[in-house]
Amino acid sequence: MDIPLQAVLSQAMLGLNNGAFYALLSLGLAVIFGMLNVVNFAHGAFYMLGAFAALLGFDYLGRFLGDESLRMSFWAALILGPLIVGSIGVVVEKTMLQRLYKVDHLYGLLLTFGLALIFEGVFTNYFNVSGEPYNGKPEILEGAFDLGFMFFPKYRLFAIVLSLAVCFGVWYLIERTRLGSYLRAGTENPDVTRAFGIDVPMLRTLTYFLGVALAGLAGVVAAPIYSVSPKMGSDLIIIVFAVVVIGGMGSIMGAIVTGLALGLLEGVVKVFYPPLANTVIFIVMALVLLWRPAGLFGKEA
Amino acid sequence: MQAHDLNQTSLNVVRMADSRPNYLPWGMALAVCAAAPFFIYPVFAMELMCFALFACAFNLLLGFGGLLSFGHACFFGGAAYLSGHALKVWGLTPELGILFATAGAAVLGLLIGLVAIRRQGIYFAMVTLALAQIVFFACLQLPMTGGEDGLQGIPKGRLLGLIDLSATVSIGGQQLPLALYFFVLAITFGGYWLIWRTVNSPFGVALKAIRENEARALSLGYRVDRYKLAAFVMSAALAGLAGATKALVVGLASLTDVSWHMSGEVVLMTLLGGMGTLLGPVVGAVTVVSLHHELSSLGSWVTVTIGSIFVLCVLAFRRGIVGEIAHRLKKTF
Repeated sequence: MDIPLQAVLSQAMLGLNNGAFYALLSLGLAVIFGMLNVVNFAHGAFYMLGAFAALLGFDYLGRFLGDESLRMSFWAALILGPLIVGSIGVVVEKTMLQRLYKVDHLYGLLLTFGLALIFEGVFTNYFNVSGEPYNGKPEILEGAFDLGFMFFPKYRLFAIVLSLAVCFGVWYLIERTRLGSYLRAGTENPDVTRAFGIDVPMLRTLTYFLGVALAGLAGVVAAPIYSVSPKMGSDLIIIVFAVVVIGGMGSIMGAIVTGLALGLLEGVVKVFYPPLANTVIFIVMALVLLWRPAGLFGKEA
Repeated sequence: MQAHDLNQTSLNVVRMADSRPNYLPWGMALAVCAAAPFFIYPVFAMELMCFALFACAFNLLLGFGGLLSFGHACFFGGAAYLSGHALKVWGLTPELGILFATAGAAVLGLLIGLVAIRRQGIYFAMVTLALAQIVFFACLQLPMTGGEDGLQGIPKGRLLGLIDLSATVSIGGQQLPLALYFFVLAITFGGYWLIWRTVNSPFGVALKAIRENEARALSLGYRVDRYKLAAFVMSAALAGLAGATKALVVGLASLTDVSWHMSGEVVLMTLLGGMGTLLGPVVGAVTVVSLHHELSSLGSWVTVTIGSIFVLCVLAFRRGIVGEIAHRLKKTF
């Protein structure tokens, strides 16, 4: 095999980019699962909604309000996108998920699966499945850095750095702040936490907001890289599930590290044996399950 | 509460051993199905039967074993590809082709089951979903599967080398593929009978015990993992049987049948009809497939409808159609 190191390194960088998204999404899934015991199947749909919030805000908002010059800039979308998506999440949690905490956890998965189909179906009806480009990429992030072995687009580097910063921010929030200690207490033992006068239902809503907003943020950041399409989330969510199974749901740091590592692996495999790139993460998952059923960073329940 | 449940269960066991099978419902169902092709489009009726068998096979695992597999499409669709290949390329007779595909699905079920039963509950669902994606990409990328187009033009062939399954009988100006129809009918009823026997066997009772309380079953000396794996393989094989038969009926094995949307659909059929009931999945399958058929002109609104039914079922209708009726009857009498 004669594959230049340069090709490997550049694919590795692109893989790292995907890995940053895996990390952001699996982090949100893990946070929600920890607190609500719900595997949020709609996570991919919320990611898609985030991307569409950016797209609609940039291309359609002005047309809708009758003033073509009115646009939601990328930087505004970075803040507003997650807020909009998070608010939808709050509605979902308050009106539906809340009723399911007392029944089998599988129903949470089924409910969010149904929601994912609804979101996907509605957007498929109005937008092209093959996707639309997002034109709002800020000028300052145009162009590429010369990394020596390749020209790496500035925007992709920005996406990696931002995702990592947010991941560590969430880690800090949960592991090092008072609110985080409430969240962890609520995860560990909701009844006792409640007895201490902490509003656990409120915490659950907040957690769902946070997790879903992370998915929305990932969507906004992804919009300038991948084309924005109604199906962009559903393909991704299954990979993220596998990432979460590999890392084990228990650990936040585990979710971040596994996400990045698997993105990297996927990128490298793409160079050596392209047909395997789609499935390598699932194969790794099967191997990890045989070796350590609780996942790499998980504790056996 | 737990002790009460246990008494109830043992009571049911006694009652079950006591009762003799009642063949009247079987005869009636057979009569209805045998008359069906004269009233509804036969290919549609055959598709309904295949999906009903698929949902029943799935329910064996979810309703009676308590294991939610989110990857059952890989057995259904995977077997469709296997039988398609066997019939088209190797020129096997239909019964051998279907047998081969069913065996293939069983082997696949064994491989996936061995990995998946290492986790429980929600994890089990995610693991099966991810493993099924490997099968999906294999069907997409392997040279013999026809990629995006799928395997087209699968021949019907001659049953046992004798009976031409593509032959039609002209009745009342309609061309009815009766040979194929009754072949599919026999397969469906055979599969359903096998599931019925399994559920009412000691194996089935042990499976239900594991579903209710895994730790207790384990402490009673049941090898829980073996039971789960056996149920998984059986469910996979029967799902494969349904998929292989469907490929023969429509002459096509496509990516739709292996995709995770199909896995979700079979969950919905079972949930809507009533999981853990024998008849529920049949009712669910007929409802969902008919819905697809009726709404096919609406494009992606079908997905929205399916999703909404999902949400409604989970929030307000967890017993499903048959489960709800059974519950009402039990309350009244």
